[in-house]
Amino acid sequence: MNITSKIWLAAATTAMAATPLAAQEAMSLDQKVNDIFAASTGWFVNFIFMSLPGTNFPWIVLWLVVAATIFTIYFGFVQFRFFKHAIQLVKGDYSDPDDAGEVSHFQALATALSGTVGLGNIAGVAVAVGIGGPGATFWMILAGLLGMAAKFTECTLGVKYRNEYPDGTVSGGPMYYISKGFKELGLPGGKILATLFAVFCILGALGGGNMFQANQAHAQISGIVGDYPGWITGIVFAVVVFTVIVGGIKSIANVTEKIVPIMGILYVGAALIILLVNYDMIGWAFGQIFAGAFTGLGVAGGFVGALIQGFKRAAFSNEAGVGSAAIAHSAVRTKEPITEGFVSLLEPLIDTVVICTMTALVIVISQQLIVDPATGHYMLNEAGTAIATVDGNSGVSLTSAAFGAGISWFPYVLAVAVVLFAFSTMISWSYYGLKSWTYIFGEGKTSELVFKSIFCVFIVIGAAASLGPVIDFSDAAIFAMAVVNIFCLYFLMKLVRKELASYAARLKSGEIKKFTH
Amino acid sequence: MTVKIVIGLDGTETGERALIFAKDLASRIEGCELLVAYVIEWSPFTFQTAEENAQRHKRREQEIALANSRIVEPAVASLTQAGFKASGVVRHGDVAETLNKITVAQGGSQIIVGRTSANGISKRLFGSSTQNLVMHADVPVTVVG
Repeated sequence: MNITSKIWLAAATTAMAATPLAAQEAMSLDQKVNDIFAASTGWFVNFIFMSLPGTNFPWIVLWLVVAATIFTIYFGFVQFRFFKHAIQLVKGDYSDPDDAGEVSHFQALATALSGTVGLGNIAGVAVAVGIGGPGATFWMILAGLLGMAAKFTECTLGVKYRNEYPDGTVSGGPMYYISKGFKELGLPGGKILATLFAVFCILGALGGGNMFQANQAHAQISGIVGDYPGWITGIVFAVVVFTVIVGGIKSIANVTEKIVPIMGILYVGAALIILLVNYDMIGWAFGQIFAGAFTGLGVAGGFVGALIQGFKRAAFSNEAGVGSAAIAHSAVRTKEPITEGFVSLLEPLIDTVVICTMTALVIVISQQLIVDPATGHYMLNEAGTAIATVDGNSGVSLTSAAFGAGISWFPYVLAVAVVLFAFSTMISWSYYGLKSWTYIFGEGKTSELVFKSIFCVFIVIGAAASLGPVIDFSDAAIFAMAVVNIFCLYFLMKLVRKELASYAARLKSGEIKKFTH
Repeated sequence: MTVKIVIGLDGTETGERALIFAKDLASRIEGCELLVAYVIEWSPFTFQTAEENAQRHKRREQEIALANSRIVEPAVASLTQAGFKASGVVRHGDVAETLNKITVAQGGSQIIVGRTSANGISKRLFGSSTQNLVMHADVPVTVVG
């Protein structure tokens, strides 16, 4: 952290000392990066967000919601039935003392959460509420609750079909359960689908797991120290990430892993304080959320617009159905793969239902979104694409302004939190991307180094490009993962149901019992 | 009835003295069994990176192998040579808690440990493992200085 902050300071000083001419040149470099990026990824983005014929409803959103609903019904509302059991597992009530020293359920949950809790919760929610209005929050919560079942399905499979190597290390995730599971069921095409998933996972790692993070971290920092070219932030980030993932400087990652949970608690704490101070407005805020969910309150696209934004951001934030968490969870050595599924279903709850909702409530309560007093509807910005905000903020700067309205110095804390969240998410996604990369190109030092280098280059691109194209590409890549993953989960879900039935029976009969600790 | 005594080692020289004391004590009790225990400090509630998690099993095996070869096996060998019936165990966990659990599970009648050499802030805040053991153990504890 020390090194990071020093480098930051140096970067900020350089930026401010730069002459206007140099700044102009740099800006135009940013612009170039942006143009090339938008032009080269546009077709992919358009395909993923294609609307259903005759509507303006993107098919991908329907795909995610339908899947989460099907898993919820297929597993008989597993997220509610086994909620208490999930908590007991995390507490270690069912952990065999003989296995002490292995990765615990808590550790796997914390690792997976540090990959998902991040900018999605801070910037993503602001994007959703900024475009879809407060009503987006309602759909986000619903998507979070349904998403718990999707997460359960993929994480159970992730542990069940991971690869264990003779040296004791493990590799797991959708690419492994797709290829192995399809083989077990005698279905063709497993290997092709697994490879396709891995390709999208690499893109997702470079997009949402990397460029979006760098982009929003830059937005946050430049919001505080003043505007300066994005590539500077990008290079600093890239150097730090490079030293961690290539140089193996574990200490930086370790420090972050320890600070990130504290930041998470601090963030929720600050949100709670703001909500408590404005307790008289909470009822009104929920009113706005419910009214907006079904009427849209004047946002672009009406209530469908709110719904699309809510679902999109929820999926982007908690990654249920995307398959990334399955990679993180597969490291746990448990005799019962399904226990990892139970634990993982807590993630969408913590990530979306709790943390995202907090952010949304703070934004709504702080009244950063401009309401037309005559109609009670939200006013749109000039382009008509999003709700007009007090200072024209969007994304992470909107969240920052909202928190700043409640606690004036909080934007500084938020800036640190954003940088750390961005950093820990990048580290997590570099691992997901790497696992996909080695699945395709084989394990080996050179192969790994190639991916890690590409990953760092994309940090610079992400920080330099403007928000629009980056967020589009990030969403598209992550949703492309969900397309393949969910398609395969439909075939594989009966394997999970078998596990669930067997486990539930043994839990009921007392065969699986708590250990006295 | 056999008497079982648990010796908690921590790889320091006070552990050696605990071992000598245990030998002396065991020689006075007929049919006394000795159990050498080594606990690797570990908590299931820490934060780790995905990569660390993937490596965890390998690391655990290495840690156990190291503890066995460096500390537990030599101690058991020296006890066996001296004519005692001895065995060893290595576990991960909170040192005091785990040592107590091993003792209770194995039916040990007392625990012998060395005085810990830990000092500084952490000791002031949380107390040493030895202090915790003395305060919370279910069987008598002898601390060898």
